[in-house]
Amino acid sequence: MAPTEVLEQQGAGLRKQEDLTLLHEVSIATAGVSNLEMCIQCGSCGGSCPSAADMDHTPRMLFAMLRAGMRDEVLRSNTPWVCVSCYHCVVRCPQNVHIPDVMYSLKGMAISAKLFKDSTAPDFAQSFVDFVENYGRSFEFGLATRHYLKHYPLRLPGMTTMGLGMLTSKRMSMTPKRIKNMDQLKAILDKAKTMELTS
Amino acid sequence: MNEYIFYPGCSMEGSAKAYYDSLNAIKAPLDMKLQEIDDWNCCGATEYVGINLIPAYSLIARNLALAAKQVNGTNTVMAPCSACYLNLEKADYYMAERPSLGTKVNEALSAGGLHYDPGSLKIRHLLDVIINDIGLDTVKSKVVKPLKGLRVAPYLGCMVPRPDYQRRWSDFERPTELDDVLTALGAEVVNFPLKTNCCGGHMTQIGPETAYELIRRLVSSAEENQADIMVTVCPMCQMNLDAYQSETNRYFGTNYHMPIVFFTQLMAVAFGKDPKEAGFGMETTSAKDALARIGLETPVVVSPAMKKAEGLPMPVRKHKKYASGQEASE
Repeated sequence: MAPTEVLEQQGAGLRKQEDLTLLHEVSIATAGVSNLEMCIQCGSCGGSCPSAADMDHTPRMLFAMLRAGMRDEVLRSNTPWVCVSCYHCVVRCPQNVHIPDVMYSLKGMAISAKLFKDSTAPDFAQSFVDFVENYGRSFEFGLATRHYLKHYPLRLPGMTTMGLGMLTSKRMSMTPKRIKNMDQLKAILDKAKTMELTS
Repeated sequence: MNEYIFYPGCSMEGSAKAYYDSLNAIKAPLDMKLQEIDDWNCCGATEYVGINLIPAYSLIARNLALAAKQVNGTNTVMAPCSACYLNLEKADYYMAERPSLGTKVNEALSAGGLHYDPGSLKIRHLLDVIINDIGLDTVKSKVVKPLKGLRVAPYLGCMVPRPDYQRRWSDFERPTELDDVLTALGAEVVNFPLKTNCCGGHMTQIGPETAYELIRRLVSSAEENQADIMVTVCPMCQMNLDAYQSETNRYFGTNYHMPIVFFTQLMAVAFGKDPKEAGFGMETTSAKDALARIGLETPVVVSPAMKKAEGLPMPVRKHKKYASGQEASE
């Protein structure tokens, strides 16, 4: 007899084996040793989070949902996108969960599954990455122009003064910088794109 | 001679040019020799990791591999930008903590003929090397124009003191290193409880309302503590608080004016450098009044003709969520 059946018979309240597939999947996809499985639901993360007020779920709640296998709800949550990577939660977490790194993994999963609710943040990240993949450097002027035209056209007039100020003071350039060995970087990234963290 | 392998990062050549200029101005007095990583690339900021993990870490690791090839005398890589510093440090740390990540990243690097052994470099921030290698006594000995009477709020932001894998800082949330440098320059360091709180990061681009609230908290706290100026170690913090301060004011109907500059800029003027050489004048929220307090004039870099003193009357927007706060009682 399986141990769970024994417990069930004894009335221990454990009705079925918990399905932790999703939790493990996220943990394995995260850089470093995420310690996600170690979360004790204390809520220090949400209590330390400067942007929690704008989140659909606090990190604690999101991790409980992962444990419960609520894949779509987790990947639709705005929480990973509102995380500002300030690491307040990490240094206060008694279990040393790599919380912002878990958020990065969830963003990647939400993009792959196309489950994000608002495309502003994924588009911004993708535009940033596009410039980096083409030039080896970030390109602030191109990024800002592309992003604002697509997502905040109404904010553009208000931004013009700032943008011109940045250009005239040489804080922003209209031409991108390119690294010398782009071929090498491309070869590295192409190879890297064929790989995933699976163990 | 304090020698370092140097990773400038993209913003030093762009929005944080004042940081670069002022770093160049203090290099000689502090006897620093910076050997730039040849053909370095972007660290991916906080964007690439959210899209694709192995490419993101491979992008960072290319810099580490190039730096390791340049090791000659020193194996310390110094980065002045918080996000660059954290990314380099994180790649180095996680490649060792999670060997499968290290293996895959090196597999990708080998496609470009490169390799990196985690742990072979030390990744450190500019402020760390100034405090711990060069030392406060040296800093103090170079001061020819003490910043007497200038009230400064020390603002580190998040990614330098946290997560701090190598335990290089005095505290995660209340580190004192920046205060000590500013005190050595003769400035009056005000109490600034939010010194490692977040500036909003990329939220100014993807969720401005979230960012405006974080910016408001910082500038209002600095103002409450009667700072003349805020000082930071991070290009992102400087950009958000400086360039988005007027939008934040418009959003909340407030009227804050809190200039923010890089700590190296104040070091440069304290070492007797010209404000222009120290990168002053490029800030959007003018530091003119603050500089005047130490008897210096701000150079004109941006033509003031662009800005009208008064625009058309605009309705004052107040977000319903924050309407019951401090602004409402004013």
